[in-house]
Amino acid sequence: MTKPNRSDVAIIGGGLMGAWTAFFLRRNDRSVALIEKGSVGEQSSGVNFGNIRLQGRHPSQFPLSLRSQALWEDIEALIGERCEFAPTGHLYLALASEQVDKLVQGAHQAAVHGVEIEVLDGQAARARWPWLGSLVHGASFSARDATANPRLVTPAVVRAAKLLGAHVLEHARATKIEQLAPGFRISTDRGPIIECDTLVNCAGAWGAEIAAQFGEPVPLFAAGPPQFVTEPIPCIISPSVQSVDGTVIFRQVARGNVIVAGFPRGPTDPIANRAPVPPAKIIATMNRLAEVAPVLASAHVIRVWSGIEGYLPDMLPVIGRSGTTPGLLHAFGFCGHGFQLGPGVGLCLTELAIEGASRISLDAFSITRFSGSATTVDEKISKEFDAAIAARTGGSRIAVDRE
Amino acid sequence: MHKVVIVGAGPAGFAAAELLHVNGLIPTLVDEAATAGGQIYRRPAPDIELDMRRLLGRGHRRYQRFHARAGHLLAQIDYRPQTTAWAIFADRVWTLRDQIIEQVPFDALVLATGATDRTVPIPGWTLPGVVTLGGAQALLKGQGALIGRRVVFCGSSPLLYLAAKQFLAAGATVGAILDTTPFAAKVAAAPDLLRAPEVFADGLKSMARVRGAGVPIHHGVRLESFEGDGEVSAVRYLDRKGRAKSVDCDAVAFGFGLKPEAQLADLAGVPFRYDPTFRQWLPATDGDGRAGRRTYLAGDGCMIGGAQAAEISGSLAAAALLQDAGTPTHGIDRSALRRRLARLHRFQHGLSRAFTWPAGTLAGASDSLPICRCESVTAGEIRRAVGSVLGPIDINRVKALTRVGMGRCQGRFCALPAAELVAAAAARPLEAVGRLRGQAPVKPLPPTARVRDRS
Repeated sequence: MTKPNRSDVAIIGGGLMGAWTAFFLRRNDRSVALIEKGSVGEQSSGVNFGNIRLQGRHPSQFPLSLRSQALWEDIEALIGERCEFAPTGHLYLALASEQVDKLVQGAHQAAVHGVEIEVLDGQAARARWPWLGSLVHGASFSARDATANPRLVTPAVVRAAKLLGAHVLEHARATKIEQLAPGFRISTDRGPIIECDTLVNCAGAWGAEIAAQFGEPVPLFAAGPPQFVTEPIPCIISPSVQSVDGTVIFRQVARGNVIVAGFPRGPTDPIANRAPVPPAKIIATMNRLAEVAPVLASAHVIRVWSGIEGYLPDMLPVIGRSGTTPGLLHAFGFCGHGFQLGPGVGLCLTELAIEGASRISLDAFSITRFSGSATTVDEKISKEFDAAIAARTGGSRIAVDRE
Repeated sequence: MHKVVIVGAGPAGFAAAELLHVNGLIPTLVDEAATAGGQIYRRPAPDIELDMRRLLGRGHRRYQRFHARAGHLLAQIDYRPQTTAWAIFADRVWTLRDQIIEQVPFDALVLATGATDRTVPIPGWTLPGVVTLGGAQALLKGQGALIGRRVVFCGSSPLLYLAAKQFLAAGATVGAILDTTPFAAKVAAAPDLLRAPEVFADGLKSMARVRGAGVPIHHGVRLESFEGDGEVSAVRYLDRKGRAKSVDCDAVAFGFGLKPEAQLADLAGVPFRYDPTFRQWLPATDGDGRAGRRTYLAGDGCMIGGAQAAEISGSLAAAALLQDAGTPTHGIDRSALRRRLARLHRFQHGLSRAFTWPAGTLAGASDSLPICRCESVTAGEIRRAVGSVLGPIDINRVKALTRVGMGRCQGRFCALPAAELVAAAAARPLEAVGRLRGQAPVKPLPPTARVRDRS
């Protein structure tokens, strides 16, 4: 048998959460092994939209989001690379008059947490962002929000962690996890065996499998948004833009390409590692885009993709200590909004691993919320997902299935 | 009823359509061009007067025969010209024509998507006036347009001689033919080339015709750069003895053989295999073109073989399809066709040695050389990505880090050189760096396009 490698902490999952956790643990001189079944950052951490968005957060998430935002703003000092981080601001659009209230409420909620959001009516929004179409009834703008290139971030954070001494195992699938007294032993299909005191489950859409092994099943499901990118056009759109009804999300990168995400989010296959994009969704989204920002009607779509994201019915992630197993920490199921949270989660998990508690409360994200009988189902499940997913998850209303 | 969709109306797709029609089916034939014929039998646009007999020479007979057959068949099947197949999803082909998107369901799919030029980036290759060999021919045959008055044909491909001959016939001056493969390699490949004596003879005649017209032909050269201020004006090269030379021109046509347009096969879920002769990943099929569930491949879109092989493989794919559907097949002698196809493929192996892909030159490319022209990614950026901590181990990783292959052409032109460069920089075999995964749309899609359902 291979001689086990010892480390203070082992992390399963080399996505954004695992990468930042490894980074902060090394900054605090803890030995750490990062175990990734493929290449780091190649799943949804690497193929998501790239929003670093404060506005629209669930009220329970503001403390974590704000902590994370401050780290993002310091990214170059932290890891030595900027990864196309840009303080672009984020613009929510109301595409019907009844959606304007939602923007106003969101702005109030954010103000409580010290996030400044400007609300504009349709006319004022068009005056300021002349590329907005007549469909826009109102807008809210959060100047502190930002974007970065997801394809670059996770590999860069892992590189930084590795330079600090993290042990990174790529193309190593954790095949067996044994509990020691105390600690854990993880076997991988590539050979190395890792023993650790603390085990961190950052396995994304695959995280529920690990949780279930420790007697805490969660109703996680995998889904992915249809996404595409256009050919480059002259730069005209500076903020990241999102319709509050979830039908279209877009931003223009410095090169001029417009990145677009649409809806409804559809099924993906975590076992075959496939996230198919039905052409009908691309067409619906690009038609919608041309309505919301008519100036983009001439920008050809050149590539589509999706990702395998882990979702929970209440649209909140699992972050924190295991309810069953001492020494086990979870951070998975980020419901398509984890990119902004990455560095904050890494820092909180590091505090949990070292000090036993994080500086901010993570109670809202505890895995134990699923041990009771009733599970909250967020309204987004029925509004923004394929009907089959909504029905399975217990969404109250069934969206029109476009398949 | 068995619903068959064929993509591509070149010799392969057309032959498949013909055999299916003979056997009682009405296939849907989707083609990007305005008229059938693919690249080889491309017709001039309607308002262009062009003496095709003069332009094509001996090839004119086959051209005429094809279009006579096409005129007869296309009216009897569901032929959709100027229609781009841009995605395959859930047993439907998604097409675009004039801003209208349609989804065409199929029970069986024949992909006869043809080939495109295989290029190697050379300093100056993105200068105006530098065109691929196939592109230069398409402009001439489709529009009667010459890419220049004094053209240099360079690279390594049998098309160098054919295209030069056609340009001479159209009144252009050919400054030189610069063939990067030594003449000795052509001699050594002769036994394989003789497997298709009539094709070989055609090639030799093109060569003789060009030489007879006084065009300087240099074998075994090394292309150094395309030079010019704002547009190309000269080609610098080292001759076979290593002496620095230059030839003036106002246009360049260059290419290094062909590569299958296999993006739709990828989207259809066809498995790919690495072919060491062509140094490419090719869709995997059985000898008759079966490529997995409901999908059949034919022609250069599957395996580079030329027009005659394409036509045979189109017939074989259609016959396989009919057989799998349980339909007795008429009008075809499969074993004779398979023998001829095998000979033509041996011939292609000969060609791949007579006109070699200069894989090694990329290892020495300067860091400033653009590899991906859509996204302006240089050799240096690719090397830096490969060399970084946690350096990429495959081409898709390099794509994620550098944007190589992410632009308008989706890697159709840069994927092979980028893979060679990654393999060289990582000191790994080409096979080990993998291939770019295909994604829809195969061609850029206008956001204003609307869906129409024909049900």
